[in-house]
Amino acid sequence: MSRSSSAARVAAALLAVLLAACASTAPAPTLYQRLGGQAGIDALALDLLERSAADPRIRGDFAEADIVNLHERLVEQLCALSGGPCTYRGRDMRAAHLGLGITEADFNALVENLLDAMRARGLPVATQNELLALLAPMQREIVQP
Amino acid sequence: MSRARHALAGFLLAVGGPAAAAGLASHEAVGFAGRLLATGGASSIEGSAGGGLVPWAVIAGYGAAGQWGGAAFATHVDSGDYTLASHGVALGWNNRLEVGVARQHFGLPRLADALGLPVRSFRQDIVHAKLRLAGDLVYTPLPQLSLGVQHKRHRDFLVPALVGARDDDGTDLYLAASKLFLDGPGGRQLLLNGVLRHSRAHQTGLLGFGGESQLLGEVSAAVLLDPRWAVGIEYRQKPDALDFAREDDWRSAFVAWFPDKRVAVVAAWADLGSIATLPGQEAWYVSIQFSR
Repeated sequence: MSRSSSAARVAAALLAVLLAACASTAPAPTLYQRLGGQAGIDALALDLLERSAADPRIRGDFAEADIVNLHERLVEQLCALSGGPCTYRGRDMRAAHLGLGITEADFNALVENLLDAMRARGLPVATQNELLALLAPMQREIVQP
Repeated sequence: MSRARHALAGFLLAVGGPAAAAGLASHEAVGFAGRLLATGGASSIEGSAGGGLVPWAVIAGYGAAGQWGGAAFATHVDSGDYTLASHGVALGWNNRLEVGVARQHFGLPRLADALGLPVRSFRQDIVHAKLRLAGDLVYTPLPQLSLGVQHKRHRDFLVPALVGARDDDGTDLYLAASKLFLDGPGGRQLLLNGVLRHSRAHQTGLLGFGGESQLLGEVSAAVLLDPRWAVGIEYRQKPDALDFAREDDWRSAFVAWFPDKRVAVVAAWADLGSIATLPGQEAWYVSIQFSR
């Protein structure tokens, strides 16, 4: 067998392996999927609300809240933000928090509860950070200047 | 979402009481609500909130809008030929204004022995302030921008005067821009910091002050491996205005641990170049900070 034809066979084999690898590589999971889909986001939102409602620093902010509605809106929003099949049907963030007097410290306490909830659910740091980055711009709409 | 879990959430809210709630509140959630962990930075050698060698735009401590915060620190740097011990306190108000004091003890045992100097260490006092001008480290697209001042007074000026330093005090002005990218490379949070400093300090004032004022650049980059651990590097440009000895730029690599908002520990290695005729000064650095 000539040297060139054996090289060609090696190249063909390599090509076949590469093609097979490409074909079997699923598209990277979306953030929605990495958060555990609808069930994962539902549980994460509930955990966040439970921690916050129990948090002496900010539970006053939730005293008058309709927790069921709040949970549904939060799930919708996290689902929509993370690329899931949802539409957020609540009011915009500024309108929803107007007059509630949410301070910078209140907002940060909520972020800390979210971090704890994400960690408790075993979400990787990279997934946590990706969600945080999506939520961070809302701070300026929620916190009263 | 089951009805039972809605009911649980409703129950928790209705009770809202510590008995039902305590089990769910995490360790970090109890206590002070201020800024997020690590966003107060550590304490730089001059006392300003920042990294180790370079100040950042952040305000000392963890106070958010309408709150006080603060930090106290002790830092030790040792190159073998030289030591630097620095300690101080800083207060932060309203996440807007920082004021602080620090004292440095600069030990020079090798030179003192070799030259028969009358002292084995110099002291320098620093009063500093920092005003956040715009932006927020975490939440705004633009970086947090702060203007800072460090007024330094050398307290053992005899030897610096003999080697050519003109003044025993000086004032550094700096503009710092800091930004935390929540979703940085590799899915880790990335802090970038840049400083422009106006200074006429020799070796940050430890060898006195004099010469033309210069505009100097300083940068920091840090990656938060997780919320409690950060690794990073810093670079600080320095003037070279004393005739008797060369002065080099400083650089460092550090690891920082923020177990909670009350404590931070930083360990670093620093390349300090040539200091007062002794070349190749490489030093280890350790700092502890208590804050709220």
